Amino acid sequence: MADARRKLDIAAEAGPVGGALAHDSAAKHVAGEAVYIDDIAAPDGLLHAYLGLSTVAHGRLLSLDLAAVRAAPGVVGVLTAADVPGVNDISSTHRQDEPLFATDRILFHGQPLFAVVAGTREQARHAATLAKAEYAEEAPLIDIAAARAAGGALVTDPLKLERGDIAAALAASPRRLKGSMAIGGQEHFYLESQVALAVPGEDEDMQVFVSTQHPSEVQHMVGAVLGAGSHAVTVEVRRMGGGFGGKETQANLFACVAALAARKLKRPVKLRPDRDDDMAITGKRHDFVCDYEVGFDEDGSIHAVDALYAARCGWNADLSGPVTDRALFHMDNCYFYPAVRARSEPLFTNTCSNTAFRGFGGPQGMVGAERFIEEVAFATGLDPLEVRKRNLYGGNSSTEGLGRDLTPYYQQVEDNIAGHVISELERRCDYQARRAAIREANAKSPVIKRGIALTPVKFGISFTATWFNQAGALVHVYKDGTVALNHGGTEMGQGLYIKVAQVVAQAFGLGLDAVKITATTTGKVPNTSATAASSGSDLNGMAALDACETIKRRLTEFAAKHWQERPEDIAFLPGRVRVGAREIAFRELIQAAYMARIQLSATGFYTTPKIHWDRKAGRGHPFYYFAYGAAAAEVAIDTLTGEYKVERVDILHDCGQSLNPAIDRGQIEGGFVQGMGWLTTEELVWDRKGRLWTRAPSTYKIPVASDRPRIFNVHLLENAPNREPTIHRSKAVGEPPLMLAISVLHALSDAVASVGDYRVCPRLDAPATPERVLDAVERVRAEAAS
Amino acid sequence: MAKLPVQFRLNGSDRAGFVDPAGNLLDLLRRGLGDFAPKYGCGQGTCGVCTVLIDGEPQLSCLTLAISCEGRQIETASGMADGPNLHPLQQAFMDNFAAQCGFCTPGMLTAARALLAKNPNPTRDEVVEAISGNICRCTGYEPIIAAILAAAAGGAGMRRA
Repeated sequence: MADARRKLDIAAEAGPVGGALAHDSAAKHVAGEAVYIDDIAAPDGLLHAYLGLSTVAHGRLLSLDLAAVRAAPGVVGVLTAADVPGVNDISSTHRQDEPLFATDRILFHGQPLFAVVAGTREQARHAATLAKAEYAEEAPLIDIAAARAAGGALVTDPLKLERGDIAAALAASPRRLKGSMAIGGQEHFYLESQVALAVPGEDEDMQVFVSTQHPSEVQHMVGAVLGAGSHAVTVEVRRMGGGFGGKETQANLFACVAALAARKLKRPVKLRPDRDDDMAITGKRHDFVCDYEVGFDEDGSIHAVDALYAARCGWNADLSGPVTDRALFHMDNCYFYPAVRARSEPLFTNTCSNTAFRGFGGPQGMVGAERFIEEVAFATGLDPLEVRKRNLYGGNSSTEGLGRDLTPYYQQVEDNIAGHVISELERRCDYQARRAAIREANAKSPVIKRGIALTPVKFGISFTATWFNQAGALVHVYKDGTVALNHGGTEMGQGLYIKVAQVVAQAFGLGLDAVKITATTTGKVPNTSATAASSGSDLNGMAALDACETIKRRLTEFAAKHWQERPEDIAFLPGRVRVGAREIAFRELIQAAYMARIQLSATGFYTTPKIHWDRKAGRGHPFYYFAYGAAAAEVAIDTLTGEYKVERVDILHDCGQSLNPAIDRGQIEGGFVQGMGWLTTEELVWDRKGRLWTRAPSTYKIPVASDRPRIFNVHLLENAPNREPTIHRSKAVGEPPLMLAISVLHALSDAVASVGDYRVCPRLDAPATPERVLDAVERVRAEAAS
Repeated sequence: MAKLPVQFRLNGSDRAGFVDPAGNLLDLLRRGLGDFAPKYGCGQGTCGVCTVLIDGEPQLSCLTLAISCEGRQIETASGMADGPNLHPLQQAFMDNFAAQCGFCTPGMLTAARALLAKNPNPTRDEVVEAISGNICRCTGYEPIIAAILAAAAGGAGMRRA
């Protein structure tokens, strides 16, 4: 029924690529028929597991009495580290710093100690509360300041990027200033919480259905925990109810515990934590403190930047290394720093282990860059937009022998379109006239003040772990001419499946109804990378196209021989295949090829070209290309309460030659609003004992419909094919739009600055909650008066 | 604990189950009766993905005691389509790309359905107000608002509500 409902408005000759086609699951979404992990028909004999968690944030576990847990109604098994047949570790970095179950050291509040398995979920939840644990409690390190005060232990090696002589350049700068900025973390709040269902098979086999962005890693982890080879473990996910990075590594725990229980009890086991436990256990976006010194001149030109980015990483390394690296890779945003030094400080803390979240450190790096710009603007009295323009990468004009196109990591910016995007948006949203009108109106408005800001985005596309930039696909053509498509990418709502299906349908000249998109499974495509780093369609689209091209080569060779034509006279056209002078149906060609014993199935593979990275030297070409965008935000604040509204947002975003403009638009709008939440209302609070207090949307304020910008104009940059030969010249779009929301932070700052006649830099930290806005208003007013 | 019987109409059919006195409606619908359209999101009544209609009013099924539904009319997103024909709201959600991951969609549709039943021609602000108890983490809400307004313009509230 779902397929019959799908609307296919494919122009006869255009092919599906570039079309605004509905999400592959749209019909199932609206019918309530899309199957998520918790909706899979329960296998016979299903048991439910629940986790028992530490109630202190730091210390030693002296004893763990589970007698009452075992005796609770419905309980059929209890699992601790002693029950792990393989390794009691699920560290994605292989640093052995993430035990599945704690044995001795307790490192954060909510750390899993054991799991209990029972006949019903309620029985398991109840039993989990009956454990008696004794701890020798120690003082926890909760935030960056505490971690530094205790010696600043790191969870992973820091990175340094350095180009030019920073000390000399700062000393030679006509003006210089220092500052510090706090940048908050963010809870993913994927609407589908973490969940896994493990079904044991014969021998050591284990099938795991799990909401994960990284099935291959789950497969590896489950194998390691069970002491089985990866070939015994199959991991499958058809779709997630949101991921946003929160299911890149954080699903491993739940999958491994479900599989361990299923192995021990020889029955299917499901594990789904309550939302508040999910929020307490799993990592979030890293919060940062950025300490900076900027050298500049009266014209607003930056001469040198020295920045230290410290991050609260939590109790283990997880992805904190690459996250803090990516922060440094984006501490330039679109701007050329003639001399630069950037250092990361990935700090150990007794909090949940912070992890991937849309942008992966890049947003925090970029928020720092925009603060540097703002400081220079207030110091020189220039419009921040003017300062932005003056410092853009560009041209071949040299400053002391350096081209103005070299990043702090020595990659040349080859596709620089930031200036074009900024000036085009500036014109379209009438920035200058509106800015003047706002200033005039503010002078006459005693309480409500408005602000406007236009900020750009340049985001590097590729995994900085170069080996992750590979992908595989599997394409079968069946005798009836229908196609089954599988690839290593996962669908979390971003529209990856439909985009890759569009590529495959177009390759064969078929309609989308001929292509069946099948669930991601490690049994079909092995050794996949996480669906992350915005790379999903870049990598998997190319891998799938490679598989299609292999089949088409075989078909072309066959057709040429069979119909006595030259291979160059065979063409796959929309809805038909041209063979010399005749045109036949694809299905007819397939049937003939099958009878001639032609292989109609192929794997495809892709590796991103051009990229390399030497982390020790801090030099390389880590990104295949950059994605660009710009946003202009206008806000109104109440200077008596700090409350505010986002009145209008204009966006111009670069998707290259979009594979599906409607899907891309959804990524832009959704990414923007998610970024706006991060920078405005979403505030995580831990108490001094390391307990997370913000464990539901009641205390953790996620944007709802009434928070979206009142006027929201979104456009894709026209006529901007990727200059690199990516899949149909498109650009990645998953993460970059999140950073368009930095415009809101700066619009709020502009509104706050009005109370000091635009002479005092508001230095608004993130998230700019109403409380922070009010504080800034009072501080700016006081400073301006003194 | 003794299970208690409860019966009600679910999407126009008589249904019944035996539930714990403290059991919630969401669990009964999903696990007892196999209606997987309402989702578990937060379990605390703060995200809206479990929204169902009880006697025409949008309610959070994760906070509703199952036994309190005796004799009520319960409607979920599963019951919106008329056989193969989608409800106009469902069609409008598809046409406007109002679902990305889709997890909030059944709850959003239900909130929208309740709005249009009472107010077939809502203003944009009324639409925003009606869905402001439902979190969507993917779309940024614009396509959802557009879909509901489009469905209203096409008479969704009058045809089937």
